[in-house]
Amino acid sequence: MKQLLILSGKGGTGKTTIASAFIKLAEARAYADCDVDAPNLHLITGWNTEPEKKDYYGLPKAEIDPEKCTACDLCRQNCRFEAILVEGEYQADPFACEGCGVCEFVCPAGAVTMVPAVAGELMLYTGGEKVFSTAQLKMGSGTSGKLVTEVKKQMKEAAAGVQLAIIDGSPGIGCPVIASLSGVDMVLVVAEPSVSGISDLQRIIDTAAKSGIKTAVCINKFDTNMEKAEEIERFCQDRRLPFIGKIPFDTDAVKAVNNGQTIVDLDCASGRAVKEVYERTMELLFAGGAG
Amino acid sequence: MRIAVLSGKGGTGKTLLAVNLAAVAKNATYIDCDVEEPNGHLFFKPEGVQEEIVTVRVPQVENERCNGCRKCVEFCNFNALAYAKELIVFEEICHSCGGCIMTCPEKALTEKERAIGIVQKGTAGPVRVLTGMLNPGEPSGVPVIKKLLAEENPEASKEIFLDSPPGSACIVMESIKDADYCILVAEPTIFGVHNLNMVYELVRLLKKPFGVVLNKCLAGENPAEKFCLERKIKILGRIPFDQELGRLNSNARIAAAESEKYAALFVDILEAVRGEVRHETVADS
Repeated sequence: MKQLLILSGKGGTGKTTIASAFIKLAEARAYADCDVDAPNLHLITGWNTEPEKKDYYGLPKAEIDPEKCTACDLCRQNCRFEAILVEGEYQADPFACEGCGVCEFVCPAGAVTMVPAVAGELMLYTGGEKVFSTAQLKMGSGTSGKLVTEVKKQMKEAAAGVQLAIIDGSPGIGCPVIASLSGVDMVLVVAEPSVSGISDLQRIIDTAAKSGIKTAVCINKFDTNMEKAEEIERFCQDRRLPFIGKIPFDTDAVKAVNNGQTIVDLDCASGRAVKEVYERTMELLFAGGAG
Repeated sequence: MRIAVLSGKGGTGKTLLAVNLAAVAKNATYIDCDVEEPNGHLFFKPEGVQEEIVTVRVPQVENERCNGCRKCVEFCNFNALAYAKELIVFEEICHSCGGCIMTCPEKALTEKERAIGIVQKGTAGPVRVLTGMLNPGEPSGVPVIKKLLAEENPEASKEIFLDSPPGSACIVMESIKDADYCILVAEPTIFGVHNLNMVYELVRLLKKPFGVVLNKCLAGENPAEKFCLERKIKILGRIPFDQELGRLNSNARIAAAESEKYAALFVDILEAVRGEVRHETVADS
């Protein structure tokens, strides 16, 4: 299976819009939404069936038994996450607790237990020989990288033998992005022509470079700032990154998304441009033989 | 007064709003908590910047003392330690809990500081600008945000604007947990609404007073506006979809400093926020 991951660094550059167009164009039989923090791909991929749902357990959370607690304060003194609150009695703040277990270790009274905690939900849509894996992280949770790994694993297991998988990533450069990079064959970065967009592009390219994965760049809404779009092209030349196309700003794209359609479902400027980006991406992805 | 600007979805205009509000507020502090992709400093271009390295504590092993008992490996819930001939520490995934040091019966483990990012402090006219930057390849920006918020002196300015990262995970929670008021920025797409709903639930969970600013408003139906009206959520203001504003913003210019029209737009939003905050303070007392 060849896996293509779509990233952007900056949020809102059009990852999901482009991923959904690619899925349509490729008639992809396997795809995933790794933006577990703010997933949107399910809104636009037209599944009418209910997914198979599974609780995702992150790390356990501390719970203090007030009956056993002697208020010795050792847990609070040793917790590096300021997760032990003293409000009348000692209690652990489930949002601050990272599940390390230090409080349980230091408690002389055996009052602390580490309790399994649901940190999100995994969803798997299957049908018509297609597989779509997605998830939603629970509000304020950590361990999003681990959930991203689960989303990809679930997709791969359900889509054995499929040639191509398209993965929509999350913004930023932190743990969910790093987790989404592992095992993919190519990264497509969707850049935005702005000063902020260029700064964020450099940071995501530096992050992806650490993984050594083949990375190409395209620009979305390139005509909103032609100077900055040219700057991005020059940056790609300097860094020897394949630059594989630009997509114009298009109010039809907003209309398509709000109708739950992809931009290649309409005959529109952005849809036509994304087809070219798609073709070049596939050439690069499958260059050197299908694997 | 700490005012956090957040949105589930990326690219809705958090930085546009936070930067311009801080610019029109006078004597404000702007803090960029989007440490993975910080952009506010590109607009303010702060001067007199002082930089500090942010470090976390990670274990280091003295091999002569380690007897291979693996107690630390068993203890570590993050799988940051492994034993193969000798003890290996995976520094990037260590959460700095210190548990391994406590469990080691041979006292073979000590802690060292490891740099993961920087905090910058500077000024741009009357605005204090604080920025956190996570080093590429580092998984968690939470320690950078903690350092950033600890650096800030609440007495130094009346209003502090916190530019939050996108999403609703731990890093957002860290950014807004001490905020007095939250501004949610939404764009008029079904993606925008879906992600607005997430941060809406987050601020309600944290019991924060909040209002919404609608950005990129086009003529016609706005699903984000409909969402607010149905739930009786306070709409603090509307920023129209505007090519000139988009151009200024994409060139990292502070729109409110460039034209009176945009200054007036952001002053109106700021006044709406101040009104809400006053209302909250009265309601609390």
